[in-house]
Amino acid sequence: MLNPNAKLNQDLFDESKLKMTATRDGFGEGLVLAGEENENVVALSADLTESTRVEAFAKKFPERFFEVGVAEQNLATIAAGLGVSGKIPFIASYATFSPGRNWEQIRTTIAYNDSNVKIVGAHAGVSVGPDGATHQAIEDISTMRVMANMKVIVPCDAIEAKKATLAAAKIWGPVYIRLGREKSPVFTTDETPFTPGKVEVLWSPSSGSGRLLKPQVLIIGCGQLLYNALIAARDLEKEKIGVIVLNSHTIKPLDEKKIIELARKTGAVVTVEEHQVLGGLGGAVAEILAKNAPCPMEFIGMQDVFGESGPASELVEKYGMGILNIKTAVKKVLRRKR
Amino acid sequence: MLILDDKKVRFLEILANRIRQDIIRMLVQAGSGHSAGSLGMADIFTAFYFHILNHNARKPHWPDRDRLILSNGHICPVLYATLAHAGYFSIDELKTLRKLNSRLQGHPHRKVLPGLETTSGPLGSGLSQAIGMALAARLDNKKYRIYCLTSDGEHQEGNHWEAVMFAGKNRLSNLTALVDRNNIQIDGYTEGVMPLEPLKEKYEAFNWHVIEIDGHNFEHIVDAVAEAKAIHEKPTMIIAHTIPGKGVSFMESDYKWHGIPPNQSQAKMALKELEIIGRKIHGGI
Ligand SMILES: Cc1ncc(C[n+]2csc(CCOP(=O)(O)OP(=O)(O)O)c2C)c(N)n1
Ligand SMILES: [Mg+2]
Repeated sequence: MLNPNAKLNQDLFDESKLKMTATRDGFGEGLVLAGEENENVVALSADLTESTRVEAFAKKFPERFFEVGVAEQNLATIAAGLGVSGKIPFIASYATFSPGRNWEQIRTTIAYNDSNVKIVGAHAGVSVGPDGATHQAIEDISTMRVMANMKVIVPCDAIEAKKATLAAAKIWGPVYIRLGREKSPVFTTDETPFTPGKVEVLWSPSSGSGRLLKPQVLIIGCGQLLYNALIAARDLEKEKIGVIVLNSHTIKPLDEKKIIELARKTGAVVTVEEHQVLGGLGGAVAEILAKNAPCPMEFIGMQDVFGESGPASELVEKYGMGILNIKTAVKKVLRRKR
Repeated sequence: MLILDDKKVRFLEILANRIRQDIIRMLVQAGSGHSAGSLGMADIFTAFYFHILNHNARKPHWPDRDRLILSNGHICPVLYATLAHAGYFSIDELKTLRKLNSRLQGHPHRKVLPGLETTSGPLGSGLSQAIGMALAARLDNKKYRIYCLTSDGEHQEGNHWEAVMFAGKNRLSNLTALVDRNNIQIDGYTEGVMPLEPLKEKYEAFNWHVIEIDGHNFEHIVDAVAEAKAIHEKPTMIIAHTIPGKGVSFMESDYKWHGIPPNQSQAKMALKELEIIGRKIHGGI
């Protein structure tokens, strides 16, 4: 059942009532709010102001918005200078370009230099769709989380993206926020708790009616695929398989304590992310479990391949990140349990 | 800025000579590091820290200080030696360059050493960071100025030209950049590796004010900065022609000295030459 403490949208399994909004829209809204809260918030764009949703901020605070042109290295490094001069710069582009093209500049001038810059990578994942693999960032969680001094947040819907943006403006130091292009289900609410670095249980086996299902598998996800994980959890419960669904929106710092605790409880883990299975959320979870609570794991994500053009939902299916794939992974990991 | 009279020029020359001697001592102690660019820029660093910059070594984080950003971080021996002479830390600490637990990292790291405005080493990113600081100053209505020292080799980086374009478009007149036009880089002479000329015209085409100077002439350096301050509608680039390895005859203008230190006997010879130059300056007073 849905965790009542998570205060999720109660209609989330009713597709007719579900609101669909892209996480980038939540970011755009959050950025304006952050700008209202703190006059030191500034924003920079590299010729993608509208599609990264920085436009509303740029219109509202023209003197605090800087257009750098198609120049992502300049985007990161100008922000680095602003960030050590009392400003809180948000830089937005497509994740393949920033933090893709400008990785070293981010490493040296933002992370190592400890400049207060917030890097926003939009159009992450294969759900970017028709633009194809060149524009589908599937490596950005890995490349950002391996950087010392960098925090990494992957919001699951537009509301969480708004909260993450506001939180990032208040956190001192470099933060990476990963966003999607496509509209996706808004299944959290304004009341859903969000604390960077803390996981949130979204689903756990029902305790009310009849027999209590034991939690047998822990599903840890981030981003919009968590919605698929919730549907999978509901379906699995009908098959008498109890799972916990955990929203690990913060990949760094990972909520190690809670993940270890729940992995010990279930003894099996499936990770779900719209990202390479190499080095992303799954990799981060595997690192801490190998050390503290080794157990069978399955990894939902891009299996060391590039994406391609196509409709978002079909790409997610084709590359093994659909609801059925998650259910299959849960059953597989169950069989691997001793 | 104060008037630069003959006495002050002599003072700066003596200091620059001492800084060059310290650079040799640091490099030989470290057993690695960049000799040519460090020696070549000693006069310019001396002019900035002892005549041009509005700064206070006892308050390195004073918000209204002028900022000096070293983009080509590999010549940090000259920056460290100058900062030590300016009182940011003890001259004794210079001998820890590149050693374990030292604040004097092989390439400068802002977080550990007072007086540094950026972390640098990877080339081509300094001017953009200086631009960020210039924008912040503009937003905050602050009068401090931003100076960015760059090398000619790093002008081959795309990131640098992205910055040049941006500063020109945004008329960042509180920003003054300087290029160490010493015509050397690792693989050879800059005009052979990847020509930059006509450099002055390139900057002018990007809407910068450009001044060419002899980077070993204190009047030139100080006058150029004064001129840059008087230009209110554009950023200024000072093309400073320098001699890499300046002051040490066997290092001068040879690109092979870009990234190596002198050995013990070379260091002895270098110090002897620099001491002779130092005595000549003293004699002139
Ligand atoms: C991005 C980057 N690429 C390569 C290097 C390696 N590198 C260090 S110094 C240098 C030569 C640059 O020429 P210049 O700065 O003019 O050298 P100098 O005049 O001091 O000898 C190179 C290629 C670097 N530090 N950063
Ligand atoms: Mg050079």
